[in-house]
Amino acid sequence: MAPRKGNWLAGAVDVLVIGAGQSGLAMSRLLSSRAIDHVVLERGEVANSWAQERWDSLKLLTPNWLSRLPGYHYPGPDPDGYMSMSEVIDFIKGYAELSRAPVVTGTRVSSVRAGSFGFDVRTNRGRWRAKAVVIASGAFNVPVIPGIAPAIPASIRQLTPNRYRNPGDLADGGVMIVGASATGLQLAAEIQASGRQVTLCVGEHVRMPRVYRGKDIQYWMLATGLLDEGLDDIDDIERGRGLPSPQLIGSDDRRTLDLNALGKAGVHIVGRLAGIRDGRAQFSGGLRNTCKMADLKMNRLLDGIDAWLDQCGAGENAHPVERYAPTAVPEKPRMGMDLRRGEIESVIWATGFRPDHAYLDIPVFDRKGRIRHDGGVVDFPGLYLLGLPFLRRRKSSFIHGAEDDARDLSEHLASYLDGLAASDRARIAV
Amino acid sequence: MSTQAAVIDNGVNVEALLGAREALSQAPAAAQFKWRATSEWVSGTHTKSVIKKFFGLGEEQSHRQAFHIDTDHPEIFAAEDNAATPVEVVLVGLAGCLSAGVAAVAQNRGIQLRSVKAELEADMDLYGILGIDGDVRNGFSGIRVSFVIDADATEDEIAALVAQSQKRSAVFDIISNPTDVNVEVSKA
Repeated sequence: MAPRKGNWLAGAVDVLVIGAGQSGLAMSRLLSSRAIDHVVLERGEVANSWAQERWDSLKLLTPNWLSRLPGYHYPGPDPDGYMSMSEVIDFIKGYAELSRAPVVTGTRVSSVRAGSFGFDVRTNRGRWRAKAVVIASGAFNVPVIPGIAPAIPASIRQLTPNRYRNPGDLADGGVMIVGASATGLQLAAEIQASGRQVTLCVGEHVRMPRVYRGKDIQYWMLATGLLDEGLDDIDDIERGRGLPSPQLIGSDDRRTLDLNALGKAGVHIVGRLAGIRDGRAQFSGGLRNTCKMADLKMNRLLDGIDAWLDQCGAGENAHPVERYAPTAVPEKPRMGMDLRRGEIESVIWATGFRPDHAYLDIPVFDRKGRIRHDGGVVDFPGLYLLGLPFLRRRKSSFIHGAEDDARDLSEHLASYLDGLAASDRARIAV
Repeated sequence: MSTQAAVIDNGVNVEALLGAREALSQAPAAAQFKWRATSEWVSGTHTKSVIKKFFGLGEEQSHRQAFHIDTDHPEIFAAEDNAATPVEVVLVGLAGCLSAGVAAVAQNRGIQLRSVKAELEADMDLYGILGIDGDVRNGFSGIRVSFVIDADATEDEIAALVAQSQKRSAVFDIISNPTDVNVEVSKA
């Protein structure tokens, strides 16, 4: 029987991987192929966030054929479909089994410290020692809620997408959704369809059609090399890492979900929630420009796809070129709303997520609390990071993006361990 | 074969700006600026304002000279019309900020500008400032800016210049988003 306190030594390994999601399991697989001794610690069950922190109707934003991990790919009959959450969980669990990943479940890491021997990792179920640690505990653990949230009148219920399951969770009245990335748009669509009036606060966003010239937009982003773009391919990595997720939905009819579709469905489109004063929400007057920018950027993406097709000489065989109606901004966008009048009963903060690295007790954080790293090689020997947006490539935070990053970092990690072993030998020789 | 790239010159020192961005990203304190103006009422709706000092890069700074901006109201407001109305000066600030942004973004993107002209128009219902209708706001109910830009670029590239300029414009942000305003007073 386990002692009550978690400081008994549960084990010592060369590498500890924190998190048994796609990134951690991809790393595990590649470590196994190099015969590197390791264990994967998982706070819950394999694919925990997918199981516990997603809404019911969510499907992956990438098509099934793109769901692949090292030595593994979607085996089912519908390559163009999008996995539901239970399918994602089965997919990742299937991978863990196939890879015989050494996963220890139900083990929540409470601290990672550096010692003379390497790392000391404390959990609710004992302490681990490791020469190297791979942080693969996810990119989207903690909802980012703007500082103005406490100014929302107390009569309004506030919730975050990781706690939302379906419209039945909400009061019957109006819903204000803050944020217009994939999450904000998907929730706006289903909540509006449930009969609740949705007001959607729209800041900077990324617009794209689901299907372009007969193929999923992700197909083109992969084919043209966009998803493989690396750190040297873009001017401003900060911006690349901060991009909101594109306005996409995975659905059986492969429909495009954009602000125009929501506007037609009756959703009220307003500017970014800029402030709350005396119970009154203030919306930014920058709505027109954020929509214009998203339209221009979408057209640049489509221009790039067209040019690539022409270059390959494949343009004639593909479906014809299409351009979409500019985003329709209301003639007189609403600039404010009195939140005390009962028009809104729920507010959903679809304002993004950040990783939770609070367990890391090593001084590697920048002034905004983010881990300092170079493409996943953390600014501390033996510490690695996986699965964050644009960690090494544009695709880094996608399931199919785990492979290349894990491959690069496992190579770095292997040579780090070789270096340790060499210096150990040298020390013994002395 | 060698090609001679045309030299793009919009009068913007992009290297210096990018250098400053790089340097400031390492020194958050130096990026804290304070902008100032002083004013003195003359008579009626006429006020004289002076702009000279500001704070930035960790120390007091000064313009090369003091700049004077007067404000007044037109004669149909029973005023003397010594200068532009304050709300017109707000439009001037927006025009100046957006145009500077267009030039900087164009320079950074290698686009030669030949002319950048803008017309600005703002709507105001005087029922607000006159207190006739409490539901009417005092300020502008809307602002329209029309740029006409002659440059070596496609229509979409020019539209993107103006969009990016708005995205990074201080005055656009000041006008389109709320700002906490704290007015204190003491007896002279």
